[in-house]
Amino acid sequence: MEGGGSYGSDLDNLKATELRLGLPGTDEPKKLPSMLPRSSKWAILEATKRSSSEIKSVEKDQKPAAKAQIVGWPPIRSYRKNSYQAMKMEAETTGMYVKVSMDGAPYLRKIDLKVYKGYKELREALEDMFKCFSLGEISRMDESNVYEYAITYEDKDGDWMLVGDVPWEMFLSSCKRMRIMKGSEAKGLGSIP
Amino acid sequence: MTYFPEEVVEHIFDFLGSHRDRNAVSTVCKAWYGVERLSRRSVFVGNCYAVRPERVVARFPGVRSLSVKGKPHFADFNLVPDDWGGFALPWIEAFARGGLGLEELRLKRMVVSDESLELLARSFPSFKVLVLISCEGFSTDGLAAIATHCRVLRELDLQENEVEDCGPRWLSCFPDSCTSLVSLNFACLKGEVNAAALERLVARCPNIRTLRLNRAVSVDSLSKILARAPHLVDLGTGSFTIDHHAEAYHRLINNFTKCKSLKSLSGFWDASPRCLPAVYPICGNLTGLNLSYAPAIQGADLIKLIRLCLKLQRLWVLDCIGDKGLAVVASTCKELQELRVFPSDVCGVGTAAVTEEGLVAISSGCPKLNSLLYFCHQMTNAALVTVAKNCPHFTRFRLCILDPGKPDPVTNQPLDEGFGAIVQSCKDLRRLSLSGLLTDQVFLYIGMYAECLEMLSIAFAGDSDKGMVYVLNGCKNLRKLEIRDSPFGDAALLEDVGKYETMRSLWMSSCYVTLKGCKTLAAKMPRLNVEVINERDESDEMEENPSDLRRVEKMYVYRTVAGPRNDAPDFVWML
Repeated sequence: MEGGGSYGSDLDNLKATELRLGLPGTDEPKKLPSMLPRSSKWAILEATKRSSSEIKSVEKDQKPAAKAQIVGWPPIRSYRKNSYQAMKMEAETTGMYVKVSMDGAPYLRKIDLKVYKGYKELREALEDMFKCFSLGEISRMDESNVYEYAITYEDKDGDWMLVGDVPWEMFLSSCKRMRIMKGSEAKGLGSIP
Repeated sequence: MTYFPEEVVEHIFDFLGSHRDRNAVSTVCKAWYGVERLSRRSVFVGNCYAVRPERVVARFPGVRSLSVKGKPHFADFNLVPDDWGGFALPWIEAFARGGLGLEELRLKRMVVSDESLELLARSFPSFKVLVLISCEGFSTDGLAAIATHCRVLRELDLQENEVEDCGPRWLSCFPDSCTSLVSLNFACLKGEVNAAALERLVARCPNIRTLRLNRAVSVDSLSKILARAPHLVDLGTGSFTIDHHAEAYHRLINNFTKCKSLKSLSGFWDASPRCLPAVYPICGNLTGLNLSYAPAIQGADLIKLIRLCLKLQRLWVLDCIGDKGLAVVASTCKELQELRVFPSDVCGVGTAAVTEEGLVAISSGCPKLNSLLYFCHQMTNAALVTVAKNCPHFTRFRLCILDPGKPDPVTNQPLDEGFGAIVQSCKDLRRLSLSGLLTDQVFLYIGMYAECLEMLSIAFAGDSDKGMVYVLNGCKNLRKLEIRDSPFGDAALLEDVGKYETMRSLWMSSCYVTLKGCKTLAAKMPRLNVEVINERDESDEMEENPSDLRRVEKMYVYRTVAGPRNDAPDFVWML
């Protein structure tokens, strides 16, 4: 009983060396009725069987890893899985090229929207691309503080929308082509691209 | 009945449609066995290793139609190593040597070589129907052999096979004299296709009713084909990408409108939503629609399309249809019998996958639903109870909750009660796949209520041997049991060894069964093949004589009259 402090610290050390399932740094999981054996295969399952409240905090990191490790899950036929992967890869590698026209320019350009992180970068890229036509700056405002040009896009439904209203990701998935509209026509579309 | 002349008995047997009935009458007496075997025209072999091909040939010399299945079902999910077996060649060789007049061959999950296809094509002059599902091992050269030599070919149906592409010439191998095609499905081929040859082929086959094109077929080609074959009943569209302003698009719409008989649509590989209006004219007639390879069709476009499909009986979609989309299906497709919702990684950001809500909506809107395959992110007991009440006619119920072992998110309970409700309500249930957090209790329910159950798939479920025993004891009609990653061991395996002779097969992988258990089973039951599949385990050392107490990674048990097979690769131990 002497040196209660050291005894206490022994216990702490013991706890540190205790073997248990679960990610390091997390509390011991609640024991569910099913007692799973301690083998690496079951670690994944045990981890996913924890109560939802505990799962929430670790799930974000853990989920992709767990999914990647389980062979043959989800149970989809290899043929279908391969098709999906091929489609995904195509979507990722082929880029998202859309035509861009500018009022007054003799020809159109094509840009890969996937390359840009957001609206600011896109605007800058367009500025760059079209300045050779000496049609004026896209970002220039006229006397009444309205932009000379408005950047618009055609969406999935065929409507012409002002670029910048929706979240970037949503814009990416709905933009089919773009048009840089001259101020006189663009007046109705508002002032802030 | 012994005083009836044989011709009369044979004539009576003609009315027996199912294999089971014919099998049953053949066991009544020797005379009936004799009549039955000579008049049998169609044989179904559920497991290619259950019987030797030569024996089938000897017993049924009049057989014209053969169906054979090879690899265990879990091979679909990469759980069976590539060289495991399931070869088609011995079957084709036996039938060729036996001089039988084979006309139809249907193979599933088998290894089919070009050599076997060549032999098939050359050996049977009356050959009419070839159906290959989830097979591999052949190339388009094998198809060329079929096209060249099968003069009266009616059906060439390739479903989800891995086919090596050796170029487009195979299609041109159909001779000009070939006019008999009724069904041609090459949707799974990855390579280019000779458009002109395809169009000519369709033009000279007036009876063609099923045509499923692969991704390489352009919309232009499709348009021409529709113009030539307006009587099509089943169409796989090919790539379906088109600039919707172009003239080709308008031609397409016109040609679709002429197809009054079109009942089933699939394909849409690269379809963009803008092209969909081309099919609107025929949507009202559709009974089958497969959009499960069209990730670009989502949200509003998908819903618009579905709202037109009032007669739909079979729908396959991706989960980006969302619960909202399923609600639209529920309110529109009152005739729906089969629904499959596949998971998609390819859907864009912000698209909703499906949950229990979608399924509940479907169940209340579509009372005729009897077949379900549903991949979702979560499920609740309450939802399953509701579904069970709304749809008591399920014959196939396969639910896959994507997170293995996930409980009911609302109550945090296992899904025992939900699945219990399903088996209790659906008296005709023949096939069931379980998922989510499940204890032994669900197996108690299954054993108690699932009287008609023939196939059960279990993954990451159960607590103890009791679970498996409940199923083996209870399900009288069980034919196929496949289990992965569940805590069932030797005690469960050996509880009722006689049971396995009443079943086609048992698969167990990543369970608690040990080598000793497998050896015991093999010793007790000589008419079962007990296969232990060992892939090289990097963590273990290569052992000459592994301890019997070691757990087996994969075990496949099946009844057979053929004895241990002689084509097993090294990593398969026949005990």
